Amino acid sequence: MEQRELICIGCPLGCALTVQMNQGEVISVSGNTCKRGDTYARKECVNPTRIVTSTVKVTGGELAMVSVKTREDVPKSQIQACMRALRGVSVPVPVHCGDVILENVAETGVDIIATKTVEKREGVL
Amino acid sequence: MENRKIVIIGGGPAGLAAAIAAKKAGVDDVLILERDVRLGGILNQCIHNGFGLHTFHEELTGPEYAERFIQEAKAYDVEAWLNTMVLSLSPDRQITAMNREKGVFVIQADAVILAMGCRERPRGALNIPGTRPAGIYSAGTAQRLVNMEGFMPGKEVVILGSGDIGLIMARRMTLEGANVKVVAELMPYSGGLKRNIVQCLDDYGIPLKLSHTVIEIHGKERVTGVTLAQVDERRRPIPGTEEFISCDTLLLSVGLIPENELSVQAGIWMEAATQGPQVDESLSTNLAGVFACGNVLHVHDLVDYVSEEAALAGSRAAAYVRKMCAQDTAKETLEKENTEMENAESILLHATDGVRYTVPKRIHLVQMGDKLTVRFRVADVYKDKAIHVYYDDRLVRRIPKRVMAPGEMESVVLLKKDLMQAEDVKNITFSIGD
Amino acid sequence: MTFSTKDGRIILQGYSERGKETMYDVIIIGAGVIGCSVARELSRYRLDIGVLEKEEDVCSGTSKANSGIVHAGFDAAPGSVKAKLNVEGNRMMPKLAEELDFDFKQNGSVVLCFDERDLGKLEELYQKGIENGVEGLRIVRGEEMREIEPEISDNVTALLYAPTGGIVCPFGLTIAMAENAATNGAEFHFQTEVTSIVPLENQEGYHIETNQGTFEAKIVVNAAGIYSDVFHNMVSEEKISITPRRGQYCLLDKKAGNLVKHTVFQLPTALGKGVLVTPTVHGNLMIGPTAEDILDKEDTATTADGLAEVAAKAGLSVKQIPRNMVITSFSGLRAHEKGDDFIIGEAADAPGFFDAAGIESPGLTSASAIGKWLAEQIGSKLEAEKKTDFCGRRRGIVRLAELSMEEQNQLIQKNPAYGNVVCRCETITEGEIVDAVHRPVGAKTLDGVKRRTRAGMGRCQAGFCTPRTMEILERELSMQALNICKNHEGSELLVGYPKES
Repeated sequence: MEQRELICIGCPLGCALTVQMNQGEVISVSGNTCKRGDTYARKECVNPTRIVTSTVKVTGGELAMVSVKTREDVPKSQIQACMRALRGVSVPVPVHCGDVILENVAETGVDIIATKTVEKREGVL
Repeated sequence: MENRKIVIIGGGPAGLAAAIAAKKAGVDDVLILERDVRLGGILNQCIHNGFGLHTFHEELTGPEYAERFIQEAKAYDVEAWLNTMVLSLSPDRQITAMNREKGVFVIQADAVILAMGCRERPRGALNIPGTRPAGIYSAGTAQRLVNMEGFMPGKEVVILGSGDIGLIMARRMTLEGANVKVVAELMPYSGGLKRNIVQCLDDYGIPLKLSHTVIEIHGKERVTGVTLAQVDERRRPIPGTEEFISCDTLLLSVGLIPENELSVQAGIWMEAATQGPQVDESLSTNLAGVFACGNVLHVHDLVDYVSEEAALAGSRAAAYVRKMCAQDTAKETLEKENTEMENAESILLHATDGVRYTVPKRIHLVQMGDKLTVRFRVADVYKDKAIHVYYDDRLVRRIPKRVMAPGEMESVVLLKKDLMQAEDVKNITFSIGD
Repeated sequence: MTFSTKDGRIILQGYSERGKETMYDVIIIGAGVIGCSVARELSRYRLDIGVLEKEEDVCSGTSKANSGIVHAGFDAAPGSVKAKLNVEGNRMMPKLAEELDFDFKQNGSVVLCFDERDLGKLEELYQKGIENGVEGLRIVRGEEMREIEPEISDNVTALLYAPTGGIVCPFGLTIAMAENAATNGAEFHFQTEVTSIVPLENQEGYHIETNQGTFEAKIVVNAAGIYSDVFHNMVSEEKISITPRRGQYCLLDKKAGNLVKHTVFQLPTALGKGVLVTPTVHGNLMIGPTAEDILDKEDTATTADGLAEVAAKAGLSVKQIPRNMVITSFSGLRAHEKGDDFIIGEAADAPGFFDAAGIESPGLTSASAIGKWLAEQIGSKLEAEKKTDFCGRRRGIVRLAELSMEEQNQLIQKNPAYGNVVCRCETITEGEIVDAVHRPVGAKTLDGVKRRTRAGMGRCQAGFCTPRTMEILERELSMQALNICKNHEGSELLVGYPKES
């Protein structure tokens, strides 16, 4: 039996969760106020995932960078791999919110999509 | 001079939500004045996710959250002038503004909604001794440089202050290639959201040192390090705990200040605890037809609450404009009515014993909707305590809370029917108790 | 950041590029307020003038961090050089401000006496002022004290009122003189640090080694502030010693700027020399300085003790100083010479080497008089002719916020960059920043822009405008963003691009 302490991130309450585990399996979760705490703890202990956000260069746009994210969660262990895959990526304008910037980033099966619309640069600063 | 029905100062999340609500309430003429090159305000640089859980029941990034409101504002034909700086506001709602195309111009608005947001507290306000080299940035400036301009302001980073922007920047800088050595927090608790401590610091093994502060900055041209020290319960550095940490960058996330220069200059009554305007249940200031919402009113923790609050300001501004048009009343009459209302039927809201302030500050029962969300922040971390609500001297509600912290906004919903039943309530007091 | 010409020397754009072993009639070491004043006064003559400055801009040493006070002149010992030049400098200031278009205000000053027993000292000060020729001095007691300055402490028993005291923007004054000197032909060499000075073999000048090559000049003017002892001692056997005397200050928000109308000094008390409380010429409130003799000529750090001392002492003069409105704190070093007087003039054993050493307070006030005095001596020594085409007038940067709406609109129509606000706190436009970059001795750094336009000097302390100002510098000077500095080389603001490592 092993025990893990987590802080629930489901809501601002931030419950202190205690997870009892046995050989990688969750036996019990305590300290949670609601169902979300239980779900979070089980997932965080067995298969932690995150949305990765960053930016890539955009050429000819009103902004120098366009913000991007993984469309869905990726395994927490793949965060650095996703960042590496974004190195040197540059896209031309126009970019629309939701456009795919990079398919199947770092073999995660998840696409990188734009989270912002960047139009062509006009003549002004 | 141009006449407009509703003019909103600021096109960030508050301004956008207010504009949409005003349009939904039937006002055909809504104009946003935005000083930046695009709408969306600070959300444009908040590229991380975690926005919109309450509003859309999904996790969006800042720009996506903004995009939804921008699209909706467009669909409602909200007019927005970008790159436009408001220079002054007069008590009778004349706005002087400026941009490259129109030069300096004046608009007479029937109603004004203040949605200017907030700015960061700078180093100077902390009076940290030491040198003044390059490499000291507020966390938000660094965020802009990294996320919008595509530059790294530093490689070896110390962050002072564990407000949300500081936490978010700890992760961002790490992911983009910097080494964040430590986040120091003066208080014995973090000012940021729990999820940010977990996902921005713990995920990357960045230490959070509570009850610590930077007592000296070193380096002549560029920062070469900072001296960190532990502080006692009165926040004074404890001799002997000093520790030199070498770094090339110090990011400050030490608080946000509502940007109320225009409000103060217009003669709007301010609230010391929030540094924002005093408002009533309609988010109306003491100036007739001038409303406030979002971070200019009080600094929020979640943008969802900003949107909700701003929608109220938008619909109440719309109601004000409709009333003005329908009665075709002279300005004086309306203002007289306002003063009368002020004197007659207002309930004052008080914050004591651990509650730092309330927004709104007063309630006019006649104007109150069926429900009213009173928002506030608490002064300390409280565990297993309750929010107490008193009608005059009578404790009417006790809302138990597992945890309350200054970094997280609290709210209590008041029902109009309760207040009507209670009869002749003059004061409502909010406090923290058992 | 580099502005190097092919041989690596930093030289102003728009001015002739000179090779090594550059010969000037006069070389001035130091582009602080004194060096710039001397340069401007000398530029009235048909002379080749070079100014060597180790920093990247003018006004980067003592001149940038001081009280910004135009002293009336009651402080200096009667008969001293200080006394003479202070009073003369004070009298010159209003006309100079008009000619050179910098911010100056004759707000008057008061010296507070907190104890009946110290009244004698206040009267002494009054007597000194009278002897020095200060006009309008009065000792005031009773009710009238609060009419003059309502917020002074209840403990004040008497005050000395000096209506000729004033406040000036030290950057504005120095930059204006530098620009005007440049317009009239003086050449500025930045990031040029003098390493040795030796007399030429023919004894008709000096050979000056710098990190940017060699210069020669018939006359050398030593206006090197806290380093003026170093250069003096290179050529003279009559050694002098300058002690850096550090002064720490706090600057408060403009909301606190009306707390006092006059510059409020304190009579020295048992607690030591007092601090001042003053409005600045731009409407902030300033308190300070401390007076700490230190060893390191570069140590402009503030200290917790120093800042606490400033706040505590300022509180003796004026009730309710709102300490929560501090927007920044800083320190500067005064060049203190133990003889306690200015050392000005040709060194006795080094012909052609002119000192302006030991220039501490009231150096800013005296700068114009010092410049005039030295220029006259040098002019006559070289038998130089005056130019017929000298232009003594200079127009400052047009500030949009100070114009009428009609003028604003004319300006924006002519140049839309004036319709784009870059610094929100101080309402500084892109047009003003572009002007600051392109005028003579223009801004090349963030601090350079700040000192010329006030962009970044407001309550947010450049949080918002830093990225925008950088964009303008990048564009207007065709610089790489990564090379943009806060001030001196090595103070680059950015270190690279995301995802590099």
